[in-house]
Amino acid sequence: MSLLEVNNLNISYPTRKETIIASKDVEFTLERGEILGIVGESGSGKSTIANAIINLIDPPGEITSGSIKIDDKELRDNEEVIQEIRGKKIGFVFQDPQTSLNPLFKIKDQLIETIQTHLDLDYQDALKKSIQLLEEVGIDNAEKRIEDYPHQFSGGMRQRVVIALAISCEPDLIIADEPTTALDVSIQYQILELLKDLTKKRNLGVIIITHDMGVIAETTNKVIVMRHGLIVEQGETRELLTNPKSSEARSLVISVPPTNKKINRFKLISPDGKEITSDSKNLTKNIIKTWGVRKNTNQKLLELTGVTKIFDDKSMASAFSFSAKKEPAEKVVKAVDNVSFELFEGETLGLVGESGSGKSTLAKIITGLVRPNNGEIFYNNLSLYDSKRKYQIDKSRGQIQMIFQDPYSSLNPRFKVRDIISEPIKLFQKKISSAELSQNLHDLIDIVGMSRQSLDRYPHEFSGGQRQRISIARALATRPRLLICDEPTSALDVSIQAQVLNLLKDIQDELHLAMLFISHDLPVIRQMCNRIVVLKNGVVCETKESEELFNNPEHPYTQELIRLMPKIESIV
Amino acid sequence: MFSYFFKRLFQAILVMIVVAFVSFSLFNFVGDPVISLTGEDSSVERQAEVREAIGLNDPVYVQFSRFLGNVIQGDFGISYQLKREVSDLIAERMPATLELVFVSALLAIIVGVILGVYTGIHRDSFVSNIILVVSLAGVSLPTFIIGIMLIYLFSVILGVLPSFGRGEVIDLGLWSTGFLTASGLKALILPSITLSLFQMTYVIRLVRAEMMEILQTDYIKFAKARGIKKNTVNYKHALKNGLIPVITITGINIGTLIAFSIITETVFQWPGMGLLFINAVYFVDIPIMSAYMIMVAFIFVMINFIVDITYYFIDPRIRIKDEMS
Amino acid sequence: MLTKTFNKIYDTDVGYSFFNSKIAIISSAILFVIFLCSVFAGLVAPYNPFDPATVSLMDAFTPPSWSEGGNPAFFLGTDQQGRDMFSTMIYGSRISLIVGFASIIFAMILGVFLGVTAGYIGGRYEIIVMRLTDVQLTIPSILMALLVNGIAKSVISQSMHSEMAIYVLIFAIGISEWPQFARVSRASTLVEKNKEYVSASRIIGLSNILIMFKHILPNILRPLLVIATIGLALAIITESTLSFLGVGVPPTTPSLGTLIRFGNSFLFSGEWWITFFPAIFLIILALSINLLGDWMRDALNPKLKIR
Repeated sequence: MSLLEVNNLNISYPTRKETIIASKDVEFTLERGEILGIVGESGSGKSTIANAIINLIDPPGEITSGSIKIDDKELRDNEEVIQEIRGKKIGFVFQDPQTSLNPLFKIKDQLIETIQTHLDLDYQDALKKSIQLLEEVGIDNAEKRIEDYPHQFSGGMRQRVVIALAISCEPDLIIADEPTTALDVSIQYQILELLKDLTKKRNLGVIIITHDMGVIAETTNKVIVMRHGLIVEQGETRELLTNPKSSEARSLVISVPPTNKKINRFKLISPDGKEITSDSKNLTKNIIKTWGVRKNTNQKLLELTGVTKIFDDKSMASAFSFSAKKEPAEKVVKAVDNVSFELFEGETLGLVGESGSGKSTLAKIITGLVRPNNGEIFYNNLSLYDSKRKYQIDKSRGQIQMIFQDPYSSLNPRFKVRDIISEPIKLFQKKISSAELSQNLHDLIDIVGMSRQSLDRYPHEFSGGQRQRISIARALATRPRLLICDEPTSALDVSIQAQVLNLLKDIQDELHLAMLFISHDLPVIRQMCNRIVVLKNGVVCETKESEELFNNPEHPYTQELIRLMPKIESIV
Repeated sequence: MFSYFFKRLFQAILVMIVVAFVSFSLFNFVGDPVISLTGEDSSVERQAEVREAIGLNDPVYVQFSRFLGNVIQGDFGISYQLKREVSDLIAERMPATLELVFVSALLAIIVGVILGVYTGIHRDSFVSNIILVVSLAGVSLPTFIIGIMLIYLFSVILGVLPSFGRGEVIDLGLWSTGFLTASGLKALILPSITLSLFQMTYVIRLVRAEMMEILQTDYIKFAKARGIKKNTVNYKHALKNGLIPVITITGINIGTLIAFSIITETVFQWPGMGLLFINAVYFVDIPIMSAYMIMVAFIFVMINFIVDITYYFIDPRIRIKDEMS
Repeated sequence: MLTKTFNKIYDTDVGYSFFNSKIAIISSAILFVIFLCSVFAGLVAPYNPFDPATVSLMDAFTPPSWSEGGNPAFFLGTDQQGRDMFSTMIYGSRISLIVGFASIIFAMILGVFLGVTAGYIGGRYEIIVMRLTDVQLTIPSILMALLVNGIAKSVISQSMHSEMAIYVLIFAIGISEWPQFARVSRASTLVEKNKEYVSASRIIGLSNILIMFKHILPNILRPLLVIATIGLALAIITESTLSFLGVGVPPTTPSLGTLIRFGNSFLFSGEWWITFFPAIFLIILALSINLLGDWMRDALNPKLKIR
């Protein structure tokens, strides 16, 4: 008898326009002691399955048919049994530790309440058990910290508390929905190790839902690949990752940036299963005619010396941060601390670091969105900030451009694509004729691989990957020489990421752009960059050629990062 | 903890000074206080005498400090129209207004919170829909119309409740109260319902919106996933979070009630500060207007201050942030 | 062509919600009718109640046409001066609507400008504007309007009172309502400011004014529209309250509130219709606006899940 048995599960969301099928004929089993991974791109239905097991699907979604059995007890349509089982037999871990805990109740109260709901313990015993649980999940000084409120814990600690709550009533099955996506690499490693540990010690069955193939490789025994609500392939992790059979699984596996070597372009699988190679020869060349050919002179384009930025208000620091991964900031935050580096024409320099490393802040300083407290920034040997620390936009007019992380907020939803891209063009060439403008627009939309009809549509009609392409087109509109890419693919699915990164490489080759590539994702950085700067808490740890860095890291922090990053190769 | 209090206290004092200054300017520069006191056809010499006597020839800052000094001692000057000490007038009328406001506030908040929570949790029930429709009426009916309707129904047609006045009041020295007599209590019923209705509906809508939003948060979902019973989730977890904004609006609530009491007092001829004020506006009686402004501002500021302090003790996030810095 | 546009609107979330909500359709229909009536008052009203030639004291206190003593020439009866109730109501609603709309538009322009600039520019300017908003928000609109009215009256000489009264009233109510717009505009601006399309515009080098009013403003209109609608209802109620108290529009151009005041003295002596009909009219007006605003709030709220 399996711990969990799911048969013919069908879930749909009736909306006014149509009924969306969230999952179709899903079938799988889970035994005690196993860790099952459910992987798929966004919209594949993986979260919905998890929510369905404990019957907490967001309305108007509903299970239309199928059976869910725990230790042979049928859960579907059995509200009584489900109510008992939630928390007692099944523990759930949600993605975002920031919002999973009720901010007004102490950890102690939340733990004791959960324990007393399912187990017959009096207050003192429940308290003792709670402290034990906190220690088990690795929280030091548990007896004191149990009296704290959620916001007094950092993100990683909060997730540990969440796990403690999930296992508090001795469940047999744990479902973790993207448990480490919102956490830094080092914390992620610890949490995953904790889960593996608990599985062994308590003989649990665990389901981990994720989009990260590296996590799958390092943590799971079995894996299910989902796409559009269907299971496209399932099997033992090692087998599936080394020998994926379905084209979807192959596409997923092949798009993952390798961690152990550098390749020229990311490999892609076309819909009919064949491998596509892309290179810049595929790009249209019209744009070269209008831009004029650029020669690669290898001169120094950008130079930073001793740049420092201090945020003296806690709320201001968090207001400027795009990433959700945040440690609680101290009162005085040195976001950037005496950072220096150079960037040469034609090269791609990577800035890599976890949250709080200052990489995004540096991008903002270079583009004038944030003022540094100290240091010099030179572009083409001209200082970008005058003596009053005011940004001299004329010195770099249009030559420095940026593409951003969130495809859903980087385009103004009220503007047509045409207007979004023509705005910078018109700003720089006030008297441009409409014919020339049209020509420019066509060139730009062609080079990013989108149809000309896209120009007359609105951003919300496009997917995340397409929106990033539009952002790239907008960035290229001012004919920049330096393109800053701030986590441009972190919000995209892995196969789309591969396409967009290939596009960036193609464009760089063709137009001789210098790139400053910012990311927390080491494998991506390795593939995209010639040289890498490693940042931690605003300080430069190491600056090296990328292959050198990965093969021979000197700084202990770099070594740790490389050691802890989830590697899909680990299983192969 | 004290830095938080002092910051709030300091802000409160600042606001009071600003209000006092506006009030002072009203007094001195709007209209002509001299003419108001001596009459339109008084002689120039008489006017000059009076001008000197009330100190209008002194520099502005001197006048202002004198004004402040007076205000702190409770001296607001003499009413142009009623020719009596404004402070006496206010002292006489304040209890009436405060009692009315107190009862209305209680009604609005208690009934409002209960109904708001109910309609927030049971979103689509039949009872909820009825409550919402009635609450909509509360927002769309101007206070004076409600008052008139109630009077027509209960006083004219049914004849069970008085249509004006406070009923019998008992004088306790500084304070005259209507709470202790049957007729006093009866007289309170219609005016307090009238006054509280608008605020009540506002509270219902606010609490409902809050509850609905909270019930969609992750931590509520997580609580359900842990098997916590539905009632506990709704009435313990969600409610505690939902009540926080209620505290903020309580402060504003009482302020609004004091303002709306002007209308209610007019409709019911309730002898409170509002009626006094409305007549002052009508007759351009500046001393009363400016005194009313200061008194009301003082009550608002005090209430806000108390709300801030209560907030501090209820929301741990504010406490910790303050302690950390 | 018309059907094509209709289909396009129906297809949007908002359009769909509208055409499927009986409440929204009914209340907008009612408002539309009222609006038309007051604009074309001259055509709709059977009499002009402010033309002394058509008014005769002999007709005073006529009950509504269907009750005893009624006169079919005066559908809803006449008031104490012999004016036809139906006509006075139509003209009265015109005043109520004019004051209501004008004050809300004034409040909106002032509030949105201050709110957007405060949110975008930040710094001391923002702090000052927000403190101002906070302080004013603790003062209820009625009080604010009364105070401004009172002060204005003492400043303006007696003779100008009547002429200026309406403008003063519009100004007073507008001043009492701007903080809401400012607060919501600022909050929305802060959210938009952190979005990346704003950063992109700044990097390109667009001027701040362009960014604020060409990029950010169109994106924050939705919640503002909801507030404007509900604020309109509030403005109309405030105006009628002030007129009822005697400190609103001058008696020569009575609004619905003034009419209610006129009739109040006769309520208990039996001539109920003089107050009743204007009161009902006012209630229907306010109710319709509020219902529409309510529907708007739900329809334009991205957070509420589609059912």
